[in-house]
Amino acid sequence: MGEAESATETRTEPETDAAPAQPDVKEYWRRNLRLIAGLFVVWFAVSFLAAIILAEPLTAVTIGELPLAFWFAQQGAIIVFVLLIFVYAWRMNKLDREFGVED
Amino acid sequence: MLSTSSVAPIFAQLGLGVNTWSLILIVGTLLIYFTIAIVMHVADPDDFYVAGRTIPATVNGAAVAADWMSAASFISLAGLISILGFDGAIYLLGWTGGYVVLALLIAPYLRKYGQYTIPDFIGDRYYSNTARGVAALATLFVSLTYIAGQMRGVGIVLSRFLGVNITLGIIVALGLVALIGVIGGMKAITWTQAVQYTVLITAFLIVTVAISLNLTGNPFPQAALVTSDIATRLSQLQADIQMGRYIVPFREYTQWQVFAIALTLMIGTAGLPHVIMRFYTVPSASDARLSAGYALFFIALLYLSAPVLAIFAKFNLIQTLNGTPVSQARSIPWVQRWSETGLLTIQDKNGDGVIQMTQGLTSQASEVVLDPDIIVLSTPEVAGLAPIVIGLVAAGGLAAALSTADGLLIAMSSAVSHDIYYKIFRQDATERERLIVARIVILIAAVVAAYLGINPPGFVAEVVAIAFGIAAASLFPPILLGVFDQRMNKEGAIAGLLVGLSFTLIMVILMTADAVLGFQEPIVTTFLGLEKQSVGLIGAVLNFAVALTVSRVTPAPPEEIAEMVEEIRLPRGSADVATTAVDGGFETDGGERRRETN
Repeated sequence: MGEAESATETRTEPETDAAPAQPDVKEYWRRNLRLIAGLFVVWFAVSFLAAIILAEPLTAVTIGELPLAFWFAQQGAIIVFVLLIFVYAWRMNKLDREFGVED
Repeated sequence: MLSTSSVAPIFAQLGLGVNTWSLILIVGTLLIYFTIAIVMHVADPDDFYVAGRTIPATVNGAAVAADWMSAASFISLAGLISILGFDGAIYLLGWTGGYVVLALLIAPYLRKYGQYTIPDFIGDRYYSNTARGVAALATLFVSLTYIAGQMRGVGIVLSRFLGVNITLGIIVALGLVALIGVIGGMKAITWTQAVQYTVLITAFLIVTVAISLNLTGNPFPQAALVTSDIATRLSQLQADIQMGRYIVPFREYTQWQVFAIALTLMIGTAGLPHVIMRFYTVPSASDARLSAGYALFFIALLYLSAPVLAIFAKFNLIQTLNGTPVSQARSIPWVQRWSETGLLTIQDKNGDGVIQMTQGLTSQASEVVLDPDIIVLSTPEVAGLAPIVIGLVAAGGLAAALSTADGLLIAMSSAVSHDIYYKIFRQDATERERLIVARIVILIAAVVAAYLGINPPGFVAEVVAIAFGIAAASLFPPILLGVFDQRMNKEGAIAGLLVGLSFTLIMVILMTADAVLGFQEPIVTTFLGLEKQSVGLIGAVLNFAVALTVSRVTPAPPEEIAEMVEEIRLPRGSADVATTAVDGGFETDGGERRRETN
């Protein structure tokens, strides 16, 4: 994932026009919204989808000794939540630098 | 703490029992908290309200975790899950998933905005002191109901472990918490909360690791759920005694209710003033994002252990008591001790001399009835752990309750002293006057909280359960729309806030009419299938709908507000605000910089 990321960065750098004084605010915000939307899809999938909407079918599937739905409901989703925030912080720091709007 | 554990063998030789250890650890930790307050004493509003915006992301993460994890998380969570089984997910998901919402949608922007309180943001963004006032009242309402719940935790810990009178215990504990806030403001509160987090997580993990070792031989309780068959064994054990399978979903709530409660708790979390205001204290917007990650990581250490502890404790309890002769059960020391508190009752209902546990642990039909709170508190004794661990659990439970109470006191104090007194009524108040008011308000709030703790009105427990719904229906939508909908104006935000808040309050009152208004029965039991703890979700949806509709048929917000929103969206310069605020003092800050056009 890290390599793919740096590839994207190299590719998009020319588009920002290398003018940190006048960053493309609209594009920065669009990219931020896209990232947020993607992460919320995962957020929804591991909690509301896997642990609640699909709870009954996923009870038949097991992880280790445990029904998969139960694991998502009581542990799995929480682990993913933590990762989601760190991924967001990391990707946003990159995006901030790319558009020259870092703090 | 170090010094007390190094003298452990001496006390053991002296034959010091459980209460002595509790006493030593409770008094010891209280002294540490108090010392921090003395060291951190503050004299200017920036330090008092936002700890000078100098708190490192990790420390703020720990402080948020302690602020957030109240006596309910520490004492009640594992017990509740134990009772609810699969459906305990409402708390596990609801009280963690909110941090994703908070980190992605709120924390970095609030930090970039960089003032002092949540009503500040709402008042400035919607160029309206009416919006500010309503937000301040919502803050007070949410915080006050929340703090009343903390007092029960303090009461249980102090009476059970120290045997002191609950009234005296609450007065001493709240007095101390208030003093920390008065002396050191947000700065002292932040650092004590970070220490309190350490105390509470140490206590919780020691207990869980120990019982995990006892039952599965695995020292990593978080993993035991997947690597051992303990969950399925408990599920079978429950099925054998007609208690219902533990791992089967939707036994206690309908699927729709589980969905709605989890979602309400999530967006309520992202709208709780005492939690989100903590993100003003970090140096920059990127620190705010990172800090939310640390906060959830620290919270997850407890939240990943709690479901395991819930299973272990219940398994242990059923195995120990079910099928045991009543006389033998009554002679077990921890059964005796908890029976005395009234939180555990053993009754031989069918008179056969043997205990049959059926239909769950809280059902009155069962021969064993227990309060969910004793699951965590009794575990060290049930698992035969050393007295010092029991003392540590007492100190941990107290740390959880006090850290949350402290965060709530400063939230209420800033809403009154900064938003209502200074921004609305006395815009010419000096720095000194405002700090005096802030400190007095902390004391008044503590007195009110102590009163509610000592004389809990019948409906406090009900209201605490819906504090999240109220936060979700009132504060969350205007904050979110304030950042993400540039077109949102004051008419839309205020209308949405009032509709969401009043709908939720009215529903809750109707649903608790038996406790609140003295009716025989609640006037309404469900709305669209939702009960009082999740009806706030409907309130939040109404808030959004009304705000969006009204804003589109009323004038757009002024040009400078649109610029403010653009500026909030960029992290650039957020670190500088900290520098100006710290160095430049208050003349350039406060309300003057962003105008009030109300």
